[in-house]
Amino acid sequence: MNLDGTDRRIVEATQSGLPFVAQPYAEIASSLGLEETEIIDRLAAMQARGVVRRIGVAPNHYALGMTSNGMTVWDVEDEMASELGAQVGRLDFVSHCYLRPRALPLWPYNLFAMVHGSDQREVEEKRRVIVSLLGPACRGNDTLYSTRILKKTGLRLARKGAGDSNATVRGES
Amino acid sequence: MKPSDYRPDATDRRIINALQEGFPLSSHPYAEAAADLDLSECELIERLARLRKERAITRFGPFFDAAAMGGAFCLCAMNVPGDRFEAVTAQVNAHSEVAHNYERAHQLNMWFVLATETPEGIEAVACAIERETGLEVLRFPKLEEFYIGFRMVA
Repeated sequence: MNLDGTDRRIVEATQSGLPFVAQPYAEIASSLGLEETEIIDRLAAMQARGVVRRIGVAPNHYALGMTSNGMTVWDVEDEMASELGAQVGRLDFVSHCYLRPRALPLWPYNLFAMVHGSDQREVEEKRRVIVSLLGPACRGNDTLYSTRILKKTGLRLARKGAGDSNATVRGES
Repeated sequence: MKPSDYRPDATDRRIINALQEGFPLSSHPYAEAAADLDLSECELIERLARLRKERAITRFGPFFDAAAMGGAFCLCAMNVPGDRFEAVTAQVNAHSEVAHNYERAHQLNMWFVLATETPEGIEAVACAIERETGLEVLRFPKLEEFYIGFRMVA
C-alpha cells in the first residue's frame, strides 16, 4: 500500500461518499481530528499520483435507462493492439477498455471493451462502430451480455486495528 | 439492480453530466459547482442527496484506484456446468477477494474480478478456487489499460 496512515483514514472516511453539507471536507476533517486544508491537500496529492482518479458522481446506468451492457471482445493483431485499443477507449460509449492475454484455444480475444446501451440493439449498433474502426486488423469478435450480477462490492479498505499499516483492497468499482 | 421509480428531471441530468467530470477540492465545493450550473448551493446539495437516495447515482465522492494504492487485480473466467452454477457461485463469492462477479451468456459463463493486497495474492485465491471447485480459473490480467473516462450522457 502506497498510503500512509493519514491517507488511509481519509480513504476510509470518504470511500462511501462525501457528506451533503456546505463544507464536506471540513466535516470529514472534524470526524478525523484533522484540519480541512489537510484533507483538501492530501486528496489533491493523491489525485496527482493517481490514487484518486476523480471526484464526482457515478451514474446508475440502470436507473438512467442504460439497462444493457455488453462485454465486447476482439482478436486484434498484437502489433496494432495498443494503438487500436487507445482509439476504442476514446469512443464515448466505451466505459472500460483493456488489453489482456488470450487463453487459446478457447479464448482468442485480447482486446476487451465494455459497451453500454438502453437495449441489446443499441449495444449491437455500437459494436458495429468498433468493427469498422478496427477493420482488417481484427480477426474475430464476440459480445458477452451479462445475465445476472452475482456479486458487486465497491472498493473497500478493511478497517484494521491501530498500528497496522496494511490495508486490504476489496475491489475496484 | 432494480431501476428506481424516481425519474431525474432536466436539471438532475445536467448535474449528473457536469459532475461526472469533477467536483472541486475547495472549502465550499458545492457553492463553486452550483455557480457553474446556475443553481444555488442549497439546491445542488438537495438534488444530489435526492439522486443518491433514489439511487440515480450510485456514489458521490472520490474514486480511488486501488492498483495505484499498491493492490493487484485480475479478471477471471470459468466454465461452470449449469447444474452446479449456484453452488459454484457460493464457493467463489465466499472469497472476500472477489470484488464483483457476473453471469454472462457464453461457454465461459462466470466472470469475476479478484482484488488482493499483493500480486501473489491473485494466484493464491485463483488456485484456492480451482481446488475447491475442481474447475479451471482462466486468468486475464490487464496488460494495458485504455482509460479515457466514461462520460455517460444522462
